[in-house]
Amino acid sequence: MSEIPEDLKYTQDHEWLRLEDDGSITVGITDHAQEALGELVFVELPDEGQTFTKGDAAAVVESVKAASDVYSPLTGSVTDTNPDLADEPELVNNNPYEGGWLFRIAADNEDELEGLMDTVAYEEFLAGLED
Amino acid sequence: MANRTPLYQTHVDAGARMVDFGGWDMPVHYGSQMDEHHVVRKDAGMFDVSHMTVVDVSGPDAKAYLQKLLANNVERLQVPGKGLYSCMLNEQGGVIDDLITYLRADGSYRVVVNAATREADLQWMTQQAGVFDVAVEPANDYVMIAVQGPNAIAKALPLLPETLRSDAEKLMPFQACEAIYHFVASTGYTGEDGWELVMPASQGPDFWAALVAAGVAPCGLGARDTLRLEAGMNLYGQDMDAGISPLECGLNWTVAWEPAERDFNGRAALEAQRDAGPGFKFVGLLLCGRGIMRHGQKVVSPQGDGQVTSGTFSPTMQQTIALARVPADAQECQVDIRGKLIDAKIVKAPFVRKGEVLI
Repeated sequence: MSEIPEDLKYTQDHEWLRLEDDGSITVGITDHAQEALGELVFVELPDEGQTFTKGDAAAVVESVKAASDVYSPLTGSVTDTNPDLADEPELVNNNPYEGGWLFRIAADNEDELEGLMDTVAYEEFLAGLED
Repeated sequence: MANRTPLYQTHVDAGARMVDFGGWDMPVHYGSQMDEHHVVRKDAGMFDVSHMTVVDVSGPDAKAYLQKLLANNVERLQVPGKGLYSCMLNEQGGVIDDLITYLRADGSYRVVVNAATREADLQWMTQQAGVFDVAVEPANDYVMIAVQGPNAIAKALPLLPETLRSDAEKLMPFQACEAIYHFVASTGYTGEDGWELVMPASQGPDFWAALVAAGVAPCGLGARDTLRLEAGMNLYGQDMDAGISPLECGLNWTVAWEPAERDFNGRAALEAQRDAGPGFKFVGLLLCGRGIMRHGQKVVSPQGDGQVTSGTFSPTMQQTIALARVPADAQECQVDIRGKLIDAKIVKAPFVRKGEVLI
């Protein structure tokens, strides 16, 4: 059973979002996603200041086997990226919700967060995938 | 429903992550693809390769038939147990499949072809039988296990039927021996020592369990792919296909041009290509910048474009490596990874053999 922390929001593309105290939003991939991908060997992150429309490919996570896009869950601009992933992409596997975060984004419209799933909804979404 | 090997339940019980591979439900890893890769380089691992297709070819014309069917010459198999790697070509010189043929003690041949190409291969092989007095029969109900790694043979040897052990111990690469429904071939797809074992399906699960008890680690097809790429071995469907000749995928050495009168399928097309001079060479690439090379990415050089045919992150070398087709006179190149051109160095594969990095 994969871990699904309670203070986060989730997308159907298996990304998590956390609203930080400074108003920025941290984005990563879920425990379920990292497990499905397998051991990551490379992460390509966006540049700071880059702007995305919700649904744009914003980052790429690569396992030995394949490359997968990570989509921007919100419209906004990138304020920060995780500097540790260049040398330690496996942080995403080992600690997907903390050390393995991908990037931070300043949302143009924070209301977009409201449309995302909470823990219970994501749990049900995952259960639905297994049927 | 996808095909399942007789070891399917064994894999599921061991917690394997199962994926579709050419119509078969196969284990991609049992927890860590990286660990499985390293255990084969350093100790002993095993792969369920029962999805590979075993075809037995017998009859008075078996040899003549295979000499027509294959670009390599089975005449080279003079002693029972010898194996020969070859391409099976269409009339245009394209690779229908790559395979290994063994000569057996009774003068018949055993051919091992890929899983994903099973139906097309069998259809072609049957159709080609035509005028030859030959029986082409796919074997059924077997398990094939590849045990690979520097300690693989030592660990597997005591588990073989006693009558086979002394023969198996003496096998040189690309040789096989057999007895009482066990077939032991000194081949693999990893660049390490090891065997490929064929046995009745009913014995598969117990034999697999005995190998586990002997310290041979179950490994998935994920590790098999990174191991073969490091070893510079081609994968059918990626590095070659029916539109690619052996001369375009680094397999020139498997084409037996002599004797000149042997009229194998695709010979005329291959000769024309050879005489015109190959436009491309098949090489290894090392990426100089960051990123992972993947199948299908464009290779850019001053002499023209090429293509990455297989690429991955090499667990042994801890960097990204690839096999690629590049213009014959290219010295330097770049790889287009999602729109960014990254410098890559052209090298000669293999990258790794018997645990040693060669580049």
